[in-house]
Amino acid sequence: MKVVYLDNNATTRTAPEVVEAMLPYFTDLYGNPSSMHLFGGQLAKPLNRAREEVAALIGADPSEIVFTSCGTESDNAAIWGVLHSYPQKRHIITTRVEHPAVGNLVTYLSKKGYKVTLLPVDREGLLKPEQLAEAITDETALVSIMWANNETGVLFPIETLAHIAKSRGVLFHTDAVQAVGKIPIDLSRVPVDLLSFSGHKLHAPKGIGVLYIRKGTPFTPFIIGGHQEKGRRGGTENVPYIIGLGKACEMARKHLVEENRRIRKLRDKLEEGILQSIPRVIINGSRKERLGNTLSISFEYVEGESILMHLSNLGICASSGSACTSGSLEPSHVLRAMGVPFTAAHGSIRFSLSVYNTEEDIDYVLEHLPSVIRRLREISPFWEKGESARSA
Amino acid sequence: MWEYSDKVKAYFENPPNVGEVENPDGIGEVGSLACGDALRLTFKLDEQKRIKEAKFQTFGCASAIASSAALTELIIGKTLEEAEKITNKDIAAYLGGLPKEKMHCSVLGEQALAAAIAHYRGQTLPKAQEGEIVCECFGVTDKEIERVIRQNRLKTREEVTNYTKAGGGCESCHGKIEEILKRILNEEARPSGPPVASGRPLTNIQKMKLIEETLEREIRPALKADGGDIDLIDIEGNRVLVALRGSCSSCRAAEVTLKDYVETKLREFVSPEITVEEVKP
Repeated sequence: MKVVYLDNNATTRTAPEVVEAMLPYFTDLYGNPSSMHLFGGQLAKPLNRAREEVAALIGADPSEIVFTSCGTESDNAAIWGVLHSYPQKRHIITTRVEHPAVGNLVTYLSKKGYKVTLLPVDREGLLKPEQLAEAITDETALVSIMWANNETGVLFPIETLAHIAKSRGVLFHTDAVQAVGKIPIDLSRVPVDLLSFSGHKLHAPKGIGVLYIRKGTPFTPFIIGGHQEKGRRGGTENVPYIIGLGKACEMARKHLVEENRRIRKLRDKLEEGILQSIPRVIINGSRKERLGNTLSISFEYVEGESILMHLSNLGICASSGSACTSGSLEPSHVLRAMGVPFTAAHGSIRFSLSVYNTEEDIDYVLEHLPSVIRRLREISPFWEKGESARSA
Repeated sequence: MWEYSDKVKAYFENPPNVGEVENPDGIGEVGSLACGDALRLTFKLDEQKRIKEAKFQTFGCASAIASSAALTELIIGKTLEEAEKITNKDIAAYLGGLPKEKMHCSVLGEQALAAAIAHYRGQTLPKAQEGEIVCECFGVTDKEIERVIRQNRLKTREEVTNYTKAGGGCESCHGKIEEILKRILNEEARPSGPPVASGRPLTNIQKMKLIEETLEREIRPALKADGGDIDLIDIEGNRVLVALRGSCSSCRAAEVTLKDYVETKLREFVSPEITVEEVKP
């Protein structure tokens, strides 16, 4: 069956070049870099090169890169690492729209006695930097704010926010899982202290993540063990995956600007096409401050899971902020924080593109999506003859 | 991805009986856009008062659409008395089962049927809306929760949420749901042996003894499980004066415990005339 994969904010295809770069490190070069023999020792060079590539993608020094197992580990390591370094400070500031890797962690911390401030967002999913300035107190240990939202693609002004935290002497962490590889990032200019990202969102495999720790940042390791990663993260280096991530970062850096222009064009074509062919749809999130690959769109009076099931039967892969898809009973916390009405939140669909998407993919979706929505609206009690039949 | 049965998938993809019956005899509307699923059921009866035609319109996930379609298939050809006996379990079974998190879709179907039958009979309140709201987020009442617990023999709060949605939002009603569950589970755990209030006249001594026995056997264990206890202070005719101890004495639900639980038990096992009053220390 034809597959049109438009769920790249969930995960991406591992690039064939990445797989190829990794393979020798499973077969021939399987040593442990810590070993006191040449067979293991010969891995130091390729590992350093990979670390340099990762650092180069985000404008960091290679010594500031710590390899982890995933984005969630990086987020946890960053937050715990700072809190343990400042045991007397018991306040954390974050937002209402974070990924669960941060959101559920701070909920846990609040139950353990930490004070947590959740900054609100407006109807477009944007937050006001002054609200961060107002929230910082002498008790604040850490500010953690995502760079790009996974559901809507909305971008936060991380440079401005990081400057505010810095001017108040508070450490700043950003969950940049959706941003790295999609927008240019230069940490020599943006004063964040810690940044998390994940390999599988930029065509490296699942199981490799990165925590950037700026030189001089107080940090207590989250995983305590061997001396690896300069004592900042114990555990034998995942050599093939690190090599793969290095390759993926190299590719992202070289093609980022050009590819993103092409992806943005495809996304815009999809968005325009839907707006023109389907009535009663709402774009979720700022259309200006937004990743070029993401489209969160709500179809009123129909439910997201039903849309996804029909799309899936057509080979189209997307995701939804509807309650029914997650097993929870309430729609996405991001859409609710933005004040998207329930009528629209339940029918929200996220399309997220990657370098592997083509014009044909978008045409295929635009060819089939209108009839899917029409069929479901014909069943819906709230829909009659192209309009809302009765009030909610 | 949910593991839907082939029948759920088929009924979702090509549902029978979509739409609205012309000049319907019964109309049932349940759910809302805000809740994430809503069902409008219409039916028409023939001369023999059997359901000749039934159609649905549903806003919801795949299993909500499939459950609605299954409901229409189940009721067509039945009298209202027969249709009334259809429960959410029948709907789920007809579809070859539903994922446990989706059982509320089958309950929605049962509710719509009850609402449509009530509408036909000129009753305004479908049974799901009687009682007091327990879950504010999804507007679920204590009566509805109790009915679904009993009908499906639910044992945990999670199951109650899966079947009724109650407690699936802000979660602030979890305590109330647990109370309802505990009350019903305690009732069902009751041994069937002991004598039940039979209306035979009791001497005062017999009554006192029976009250003490009932407190000991039926009531104390449940209260103790929550860190509380109960003392019998006095008996004046059919007025039973008690004092709540331990965590019960400071529990805000104590009034409910006394009336709904202690009094119910004593009426059941001693005499239907019994009233229970709390003596404050």
